[in-house]
Amino acid sequence: MIVAKQKPFEEIVDMVKDADKLLIVGCNECVTVCEAGGKKEVGILASALRMYFANQGREVQIDERTLERQCDHEYLEEIRDIADTYDAILSLACGVGVQFMAEKYHSQFVYPGVNTCFLGATEERGVWTERCQACGSCILAVTGGICPVSRCAKRILNGPCGGSTKGKCEINKEVDCAWQLIVDRLKALDRFSDYEKITPLKDWSTDRAGGPRKVVREDVKL
Amino acid sequence: MRLDYPTNVKIIRVPCTGKVDLLHLLHAFEKGADGVYVVGCMEGECHYNGGNFRAKKRVAQAAAILDAVGVGGERVRMYNLSSSEGPKFAAYAKEMTDHIRELGPNPIKAKIKNQQAA
Repeated sequence: MIVAKQKPFEEIVDMVKDADKLLIVGCNECVTVCEAGGKKEVGILASALRMYFANQGREVQIDERTLERQCDHEYLEEIRDIADTYDAILSLACGVGVQFMAEKYHSQFVYPGVNTCFLGATEERGVWTERCQACGSCILAVTGGICPVSRCAKRILNGPCGGSTKGKCEINKEVDCAWQLIVDRLKALDRFSDYEKITPLKDWSTDRAGGPRKVVREDVKL
Repeated sequence: MRLDYPTNVKIIRVPCTGKVDLLHLLHAFEKGADGVYVVGCMEGECHYNGGNFRAKKRVAQAAAILDAVGVGGERVRMYNLSSSEGPKFAAYAKEMTDHIRELGPNPIKAKIKNQQAA
């Protein structure tokens, strides 16, 4: 999922301070799971903003709405009738949702309420870690299911580097060396021979190096 | 025991303090409460194992938000006692009431009333 973290309250206030009528829109998908922008976080932020503006002596109408997704036309259409009645929209979706909202309601100020961090997994409640960088050319088949692109600080494809010490990375003693994990896993799978294979230069054109990406599937298009 | 405690305290009963949500705490202040305190079981003695620890975290979250919005995080507290400790319950009610009286009313209460009147 996409992992996000709510922006500091002061930053949010600074963005929406001129609005007299504000709509806070949450998203029921990834940001709900990482507790950054779901229905509950919308309620908490709305309550905090209502108290903040009341304390400033300002009467600001703050409404709450949470959509199934903000990265699909059909769900964004659900606020078509009301979007224009607000001075600003504060979206707690990831950067995708915020942009799609802004594209759809282009005459409206759409502000981001979260910082979108990475593609990751829930290690435990309250702990999320990166697992994928969406490089567009997956090599997990030869690395024992552990991604050196997202989990190695240097993104090296034939590791480990000299900075690997006792299974930890030189950037931080708490960060696992991805290549140590790969070696351990390949050994456990009895596929250590895969480690001997030299991975050739990766085609990074499918990564961000090739510019904004697009997937078009003629077979599923309507 | 027929113990006295301040009449301004309004008790809201929940099956476990783990039921108390951050939104419950915030909405109370939004609607003008001067202070809110959560009274849970002794730490380590929760019938559901961790309900009072969950409440403790939510009280801390509420305090941080109340500080950020200018209402004041010191207006929300958590107390722990055993169900048989009636005198302690009354003492905490008095302690919290005295603490809130010292702080004065919720700063947004008067402003909300003015807005509603206008």
